[in-house]
Amino acid sequence: MFSNEDVAEIILRSGEHLILVTIAMIVAISIGIPLGIAITRYPKLAQPILGVANALQTIPSLAIFGFLISVPFLGGIGKNPAIVALTLYALLPLIRNTYVGINSVDRAITEAGRGMGMTDWQLLTQVEIPLASGAILAGIRVATAISVGVATIAAAIGGGGLGVFIFRGLATIDNRLILMGAVPAAAIALGADLALGWVEQRLTEQPLRRGKLDRKYAIGGGILALLIAGLVGINYFQAPPTIAIGSKNFTEQVILGELLAQQIETHTNIKVDRQLNLGGAFICHEAVKAGKIAGYVEYTGTSLIQILKQAPIKDPQLVFDTVKQAYDRQFQLEVLSPLGFENTFAFIIRNEDAQRLQIKTLSEAAKYTPQMRGGFGYEFLERQDGYPALAKTYGLKFAKIQQMEFSLMYPAIEKKSVDLIAANSTDGLIPVLNLTILEDDKKYFPPYQAVPIFNRATLKKYPQIQPVIDKLAGKISTQDIQQMNYQVDNKSRPVDRVVREWLKSKNLT
Amino acid sequence: MPQSSEIAVEFRDVSFEIDRRKILADLNLSIYRGETIVLLGRSGSGKTTMLKLINRLAIPTTGVVSIDDRSTADWDTIKLRRRIGYAIQDIGLFPHFNVSENIGLVPSLERWQTSRIEARVYELLNLVGLEPEVFARRYPHQLSGGQRQRVGVARALAADPPILLMDEPFGALDPITRLELQRQFLYLQQQLGKTVVFVTHDIQEAFLLGTRIGLMNEGNLVVLGTKDELLQSQHSEARAFIACLNAWEMGG
Repeated sequence: MFSNEDVAEIILRSGEHLILVTIAMIVAISIGIPLGIAITRYPKLAQPILGVANALQTIPSLAIFGFLISVPFLGGIGKNPAIVALTLYALLPLIRNTYVGINSVDRAITEAGRGMGMTDWQLLTQVEIPLASGAILAGIRVATAISVGVATIAAAIGGGGLGVFIFRGLATIDNRLILMGAVPAAAIALGADLALGWVEQRLTEQPLRRGKLDRKYAIGGGILALLIAGLVGINYFQAPPTIAIGSKNFTEQVILGELLAQQIETHTNIKVDRQLNLGGAFICHEAVKAGKIAGYVEYTGTSLIQILKQAPIKDPQLVFDTVKQAYDRQFQLEVLSPLGFENTFAFIIRNEDAQRLQIKTLSEAAKYTPQMRGGFGYEFLERQDGYPALAKTYGLKFAKIQQMEFSLMYPAIEKKSVDLIAANSTDGLIPVLNLTILEDDKKYFPPYQAVPIFNRATLKKYPQIQPVIDKLAGKISTQDIQQMNYQVDNKSRPVDRVVREWLKSKNLT
Repeated sequence: MPQSSEIAVEFRDVSFEIDRRKILADLNLSIYRGETIVLLGRSGSGKTTMLKLINRLAIPTTGVVSIDDRSTADWDTIKLRRRIGYAIQDIGLFPHFNVSENIGLVPSLERWQTSRIEARVYELLNLVGLEPEVFARRYPHQLSGGQRQRVGVARALAADPPILLMDEPFGALDPITRLELQRQFLYLQQQLGKTVVFVTHDIQEAFLLGTRIGLMNEGNLVVLGTKDELLQSQHSEARAFIACLNAWEMGG
């Protein structure tokens, strides 16, 4: 079931995952525990600080990642913002358990200590912290479990880790890939919990002596710290790839990202760092604007409505020109020539339903939708040009609307847990799962031409890039992209091979 | 019992309030070097607060508490506390320290050499009647209530402080063990001659141990004197305590 390559990548990703969690935990512990101690000394600060930590934990992780992209130094994409986000999530259990642990030390004991002439520092290090160490360690265990879980989302901003498998698996509806990420993540969580549980037990069996750690532990801890520092160093100071190419987190985008990357690598001497599977249009846009990635492929309709917040336009050329000009002026971004195909929104139903009800267009479908269950993505339900306006145009009403992750829609319509989904016209699964696209007969959706978008400063720095990307102009037909999507989605073939074959077929290698 | 007319601890017009609630009112008391003064009273009468005023775990709202003719406000609090032994009910032992570490606490805070601390711990364990080889490495939860109490007393004596504060140290013990410890306390006191302030709500214990007895009632020191003087007192609180004593004797 797993090839050697798979195993090697599982080990690599597990390593990345562990490093993310370890660094985040080290940072979180060195902030959280002192903070927890501090608020036992200044009780007035306790409520505000615990409140902030609490609030941080309720923010969805993708939102934190999105916010961090534009923050200098700590933000961007890659490992740094992932570590920052993990740290923020780990703070609450650490601060709270330290605070509660110290405050629940029997008052008679602290009073005895004080009465015998211990200074506050001596009381803290020799009595309160050792007696609270069980609670503090329990906090570390909880925080570690949270971090291992949240770290899977780090893949959305190019942080690596086991989430890479999970996102890839969700995008290609490949349970095997999802398991390749989920099982090792669970194993790491369990392993870390067992190890910390063992430490906790040892601490309660053999109480710390006078707050001084045993020499043995100190040496062990020192070696561990050095090892981690070494791993971190290796990770950060690997020969840096010259530029980064990004993509959103679905199959077609990953294919297009890989395609740009291979095209650049075959025709120039530039190395490409693939930051594929970034979590959505917003994150990609912020990343390319900040120069964290050199470029990615966007769709003109998305740029016009979602990024530029302009009203829909029906003429494809006009949309392209508007977007190109606005990107040039507002963001210093270059919109290069369209790749050839359009990826519009598509309302999709099962063939059997289409035949039974005799419907081909959205107008015809409006009569039957009150008996149907719709499955839509969060983005589609939210955006201005998405569901609300479309429903108004066609007078659509549904029996029930299910919000779902993009990648869960096809399994859902196949298993008949929904009857109609809003997905993309280029999805390779449409023919494979015997689905029908309902025609947008009122031309509601604007054109969504695929265009490479690049950071202008990067193009100036590496003038050899643009001519190479321009060679792709108009080369990818709707059939081509559907076929590539199908190869990856349904045949589970590796993206890089599918892309290489296509490039070869177009004599681009 | 060695005792002098030198004043070791003095309360002058001391009152103490928490949130404007009077805990102690206009208290005047001189404690002489070498005497054992027992503060007797019901729960909440303010006797524990008086102890805490001596080692500055509590700070007087008005008035002055002085040790060796010097107000506790003028002492370095840490130095002051290390000159005063403090024994409270057995919960005061550090559960994560073994017996030897508990007893050696103040000496180690005072940075004595390890060998000197060890010798002192052995000496004190012998003094309170615990076999050092057997008990030095045990943890508090491995001891009986009486043994913990002995360790508590040994810990209070560790750095040989001239003053000893004892807050119901034998309160949670069975009567037989309590009597044994009280006898041992008397024997120790004969040898060491410390100034002891001892808090209890047990009038028998007060009579047995005290050079003088201070009877506390609702934050006031209502009677101060020897056992015989207390027995003669017409104060209602004194009569109430003596009535208990009589009832107990009649029952027995």
